[in-house]
Amino acid sequence: MEKFSGKIWVLGDDIDTDIIIPTEYLALKTVEDMAPYAFSPLRPGLAGQIKKGDIIVAGKNFGCGSSREQAPEIIKALGIQCVIAKSFARIFFRNAINNGLLLIENNRLRDAVSEGDEITVTMNEAIMHKGTKYPITSLPENLMEILEAGGLVKAMQKRNRI
Amino acid sequence: MGLTVIEKIIRNNVGREVKPGEIVTVNVDRVMIHDIFIPFVAAKFEEMGFQKLWDADKAVLIYDHLVPASQVDDTRHFKIGNEFVHKYGMKNIHRADGICHQLMTEAGYVKPGNIVFGTDSHTTTYGCVGAFSSGIGYTEMASILGTGTLWMKVPETIKVNITGTLPKNVMAKDIILRLIGDLGADGATYKALEFSGDTVGQMSVASRMSMSNMAVEAGAKCALFTPDDKTAEYCGITLTDKEKDLAGDSDAQYCRIINYKAEDFVPVMACPSNVDNIKPVSELEGTSIDQVFIGSCTNGRLEDLMAAAEILKGKKVAPFVKLIVTPASRKIYREAIENGTMAVLAQAGAIITHPGCGLCCGRTGGILTDGERVVATNNRNFLGRMGTSKVEIYLASPKSAAACAVAGKIVVP
Amino acid sequence: MGMTMAEKIIAAAAGESEVKAGDIHTVELDRLMSNDGTTHLTIDMYNQLKEPRIADVNKLVWIVDHNVPCDSAKTAASHKKMRDFAKEHGIRFYEGAGVCHQVMMEKHVTSGELIFGADSHTCAYGAVGAFGTGVGCTDYLYAMVTGKSWLLVPETLRFNLKGKLNDGVYARDLILSIIGMIGANGANYMAMEFGGEGLKTLNMSDRIAVCNLCVEAGAKTALMEVDEITLEYLKAHGREPKYCFVSDGDAVFAHTYEIDLATIRPIVAKPHFVDSVVDAKECVGTHIDEAFLGSCNNGRIEDLRVGAQLIKGKKVHPLVRFLVVPASAEVYRQALSEGIIDTFMEAGAIVMNPNCSVCWGSCQGVIGENEVLISTGTRNFKGRAGHKDSFVYLASAATVTASAIKGEIATADLI
Repeated sequence: MEKFSGKIWVLGDDIDTDIIIPTEYLALKTVEDMAPYAFSPLRPGLAGQIKKGDIIVAGKNFGCGSSREQAPEIIKALGIQCVIAKSFARIFFRNAINNGLLLIENNRLRDAVSEGDEITVTMNEAIMHKGTKYPITSLPENLMEILEAGGLVKAMQKRNRI
Repeated sequence: MGLTVIEKIIRNNVGREVKPGEIVTVNVDRVMIHDIFIPFVAAKFEEMGFQKLWDADKAVLIYDHLVPASQVDDTRHFKIGNEFVHKYGMKNIHRADGICHQLMTEAGYVKPGNIVFGTDSHTTTYGCVGAFSSGIGYTEMASILGTGTLWMKVPETIKVNITGTLPKNVMAKDIILRLIGDLGADGATYKALEFSGDTVGQMSVASRMSMSNMAVEAGAKCALFTPDDKTAEYCGITLTDKEKDLAGDSDAQYCRIINYKAEDFVPVMACPSNVDNIKPVSELEGTSIDQVFIGSCTNGRLEDLMAAAEILKGKKVAPFVKLIVTPASRKIYREAIENGTMAVLAQAGAIITHPGCGLCCGRTGGILTDGERVVATNNRNFLGRMGTSKVEIYLASPKSAAACAVAGKIVVP
Repeated sequence: MGMTMAEKIIAAAAGESEVKAGDIHTVELDRLMSNDGTTHLTIDMYNQLKEPRIADVNKLVWIVDHNVPCDSAKTAASHKKMRDFAKEHGIRFYEGAGVCHQVMMEKHVTSGELIFGADSHTCAYGAVGAFGTGVGCTDYLYAMVTGKSWLLVPETLRFNLKGKLNDGVYARDLILSIIGMIGANGANYMAMEFGGEGLKTLNMSDRIAVCNLCVEAGAKTALMEVDEITLEYLKAHGREPKYCFVSDGDAVFAHTYEIDLATIRPIVAKPHFVDSVVDAKECVGTHIDEAFLGSCNNGRIEDLRVGAQLIKGKKVHPLVRFLVVPASAEVYRQALSEGIIDTFMEAGAIVMNPNCSVCWGSCQGVIGENEVLISTGTRNFKGRAGHKDSFVYLASAATVTASAIKGEIATADLI
């Protein structure tokens, strides 16, 4: 995962958890059942267009709202490699890391890109878009440990030696 | 150097002084899980390989989002929850007693200075009694159930100081809405809010609860009130010196201090579709409405119902407008019967439902459709939260909401 | 030749001096009730008419009761369509006031009227000697536009009641027993007429419960002789009778049954048919997940009193969801003032706003796969209350409440 590229989908500010997955679908049995309804209040049909390896680029406060962990799980289930946003809401941030979904904060990228562009991410280093380089910072060590373990479940399994 | 409230709570928990930005592992005093997420918590807990709960008495399971069940698979959550409770020897379970956040404080599960996590973003509510409480996902909840601990970053603190007397018909809800508007929906992200000043000192714990509940809408990790006599009475305890000390020191470091004069507040609403899109009700007057909702963990308490009843007494809900009232707990419902509030609401034509999350969580309880407009006392007006994305949600205080129900349009209470 | 009650009402509505069973007549309707189950479909058809008009808007009563409060954007859209149309045309409109038949009984129906309702349980209106019958939306639309409809004069099954129900036995047990006796199609196309000295022992709530459920035997309508109890009920609700009919001594009945009320015992209708009735004792001990006290059949103040008296000072079984849903806002307010709502709340019940609720099975107290419900609702068809693989037992308010306390089917004497 040192370096990867992907096609981007561009979203705005304050993409809340009810947009990512409306409560109506929260009692469906699996995340896979819920995934087709992702982003439906804002962009019905978007979930169906997303391909494995795509990247979401959004504005500020991505994932604000409820604690529903299905939000990052669904984004991951859709095949999104990482979400790059100006900022993330805190519960969403924790949930994403715990599920092994990579999040990158960057203030400038969102306003420079168009949907469908391709970008390249070099971990702990920078994002490249049409020849412009956007430096990124690395995550704290304890979070990298969870991410590297493949999420919190795997980290706990390691702890419990199973 | 002086400490903020959150710094003191964490210090007391980890046994050493901490600074904002530091990552610490805290011992958890209590956790809350609700019905929507129990199947996931249970699955993750077992997947992680845990055999038993770290402390069964510290876990509370509450059914509220799905009470009463509105879809055929809803009761599966109760079944899984009941099995989990049985298997791991949990005793603290509420199957139809009201909304989780109301029950956590009302039933005495949370005390000043506690560190509490819940699988719901509005877990910030317990700051009303001076507890650090915050929402987490179900995977982290599963890990706490096994370990009793969680890592967290010590947050910076924004101090909000309010002094003076609130104008009549301005409620705590109007204050928190205004604050969210001033801060922005991400203005307090990762940060703690700390409330002080004689205005909050005069407020009931219920009013403080409305404010700490909604702090998450500005992104806050928690929202704290200093425990006082009202807190002690509410919790049924005598405050210890340690609990009394949960106030920000005069030389504590704040990343921001905001001062308000209580007299400057007016009734406001959060307009579609962002919680920080705040406007004075006077600017919205005359906007037609289809429904009014009074309830939720933000504003479904006795004082909220009484405030609404005061306006509805002897009046009727406007023709073709629905007023849905959902008390926050069984206890509140019964108290409202006892003091005559329910009779007033029923006489005015309110549709009174059983305590639960109801319309606020958008599964049932008054879902709307394209072109409809609702004035609601709950905490979120996101796109599609209460029906289609063409529903307009205005968030307001119970007084404003009740006045709108009578008028059939937005009016100043 | 003598006429039955049904024949007399139809004759009056058709402007004829005499009609007999089997005749088809054009009748003038007194009232047209429609609810949110189908009104949106009626409106769609209305809007496709070349020259849409409403014959007499004062006859129309529209009631939103099936999904209150709304459980989805889809039902909200059908409610909105209904609300907007009612507003535009000045139609009498209720939303949240309770189950349609209870609201109709409290506010509109009077003796001798001929009423179409776009709901099968419209036969409830026979409790005051009105001819109420359920119709589909096409029939409803025709009646709405013309004020008239055609009607086949039904044959009548006559039930002569004598004696008195024993303590702990209710009208609900009586009608379930009758349905068990004649079968789910035992009164197809027919009127079920009730009279005799025993009728005097049944109050208005009992009478509504009996008439309401007659459709479960296939009946077109149910009718009870008008007496002092009827007249008192109407007077208390500010209404005068239109006609006070009783059948003539020489009226022709398809069959006459003699029922001694004292022989009726607590009954349970087992899944998945209303006529699958057994003595309640036979079901004692059956596991349940949910109990429901409410509906147009058994959600009146009298029913709530029965439940409250049983549960006072006791608790709902922790693993049972006990939904208590008054049939109307008027019933709710009365129950509130009598302390009944508080009694149920104290016991741990889930008290919902007046509406069809669990009986309709789509928005409140929906049951899941393999779950078991005991209910005072109208039907126990497969899947009626939720999952297609679930089970519904029908019983009286007493049996339902006793079961909620025990966590399994129980009769009141076991509590």
